[in-house]
Amino acid sequence: MSNTYYEPSDLRKFGNITEWNEELGKKFFDYYGSVFEEGALTAREKSLIALAVSHVVKCPYCIDAYTQDGLKRGITKEEMMEAVHAGAAIESGATLVHSVQMMNKYKKLSM
Amino acid sequence: MQLKSLKKRENELANAKRQLEILSNGIFQNEELPTFRTKLAAQNQFPLKPKTLEILQINVGYMCNQVCAHCHVDAGPDRKEIMTRETMQQCLDVIKETGAHTLDLTGGAPEMNPDFRWFVEEATKVGVKDVIVRSNLTIITANKKYNDLPEFFKKHKVHVISSMPHWTEGKTDQQRGDGVFNASIKALRMLNAVGYGMPGSELKLDLVYNPSGAFLPGDQAALEVDFKKALSSNFEIQFHKLFSITNLPISRFLDYLIASENYEEYMYNLVEAFNPAAVDNVMCTNTLSVSWDGWLYDCDFNQMLGLKVDSSVEHIRDFNKEILSKRTICISQHCYGCTAGAGSSCQGTVA
Repeated sequence: MSNTYYEPSDLRKFGNITEWNEELGKKFFDYYGSVFEEGALTAREKSLIALAVSHVVKCPYCIDAYTQDGLKRGITKEEMMEAVHAGAAIESGATLVHSVQMMNKYKKLSM
Repeated sequence: MQLKSLKKRENELANAKRQLEILSNGIFQNEELPTFRTKLAAQNQFPLKPKTLEILQINVGYMCNQVCAHCHVDAGPDRKEIMTRETMQQCLDVIKETGAHTLDLTGGAPEMNPDFRWFVEEATKVGVKDVIVRSNLTIITANKKYNDLPEFFKKHKVHVISSMPHWTEGKTDQQRGDGVFNASIKALRMLNAVGYGMPGSELKLDLVYNPSGAFLPGDQAALEVDFKKALSSNFEIQFHKLFSITNLPISRFLDYLIASENYEEYMYNLVEAFNPAAVDNVMCTNTLSVSWDGWLYDCDFNQMLGLKVDSSVEHIRDFNKEILSKRTICISQHCYGCTAGAGSSCQGTVA
């Protein structure tokens, strides 16, 4: 057992989660596979969305996986960074939009 | 980027035996990953045997005007190994005898061999259907004496296959050297100008994509669409097909993998992507590779690893189709590079 919470080589063992619950694990991987197939959005567009979300949910495994996936698809570093900013903007927007609640409460409580 | 070959730098990886040791040690020795032989045996695909010989791939010399970071040949301006006209004649004799339909000329920069043009002319005379030259493009603009290559290629209907790792300057130059992208664009325009790569043209111009780093190539068809879109809209350049080729862990690419601490991860990726369907069509089953000094190999990679054909016939001058067809193909862990995902060969994906 590693003495750190994140171990890069654990990403390769992701598939092993089916060992402790085959039915749900398999359903998840089937779903996951279908989601990233070419559809109304291209697989390339979905890869960039996945990269942005990976940052928002702060998953180091996902960041490794989707940076590599983007490189395979020929996605440039400029495109990758713009995608991350899109995620970051929504994340900071989500924080800031709550300040309306703070302003409302402030006003309500103030004379 | 290093401007000298591993050989010139006296790097230990210039030694083929050392490379084969690295490929058999560590994760393969401790059985963390199966050897290529074990993997094939588990699929009942061992031993690997050749089929009909269709392609003679001839390495006419290791000299090159570029020093690409991923080069499996360790080619460069400091490499002096060059094929003589006498060996070329032996290759022509073999082509006549075997009826192989494709002659695939590679290097180094094949055009730098002083007998290159003679060889191409003679090959077309003996009736080879497809004479391929693997051109690095920049050679066409490197020196005045090469500026007429597009015309020469056209005259002999040579099939031009050129490397282009990305449609952006940064990623191309990172792998192939400063200024390579712009020189390549100029050369592609010269080829287009004489009719190469144009829609419907019989003058074939294909591009080779190989990743500029420690990752596997993506889907060949999707990459072809992206390359065509970018090269056409940004530079008005046309080409026919894109061949996606996986970098094999040998020579300078192996050196890069080890130095960047990507070697183990890369080997894991290759092994995990092993595709039994790709094994059926790996290029060593229909190709023979000839080195500048006439020795025979199952492929250009084995040539660089010093793995001569496992046969009593080892040299082009002793060529015997019957004896060679009975050989077993030599393998090591680098072979995982040709069987990963959709497979990889000098003609792109195979599965």
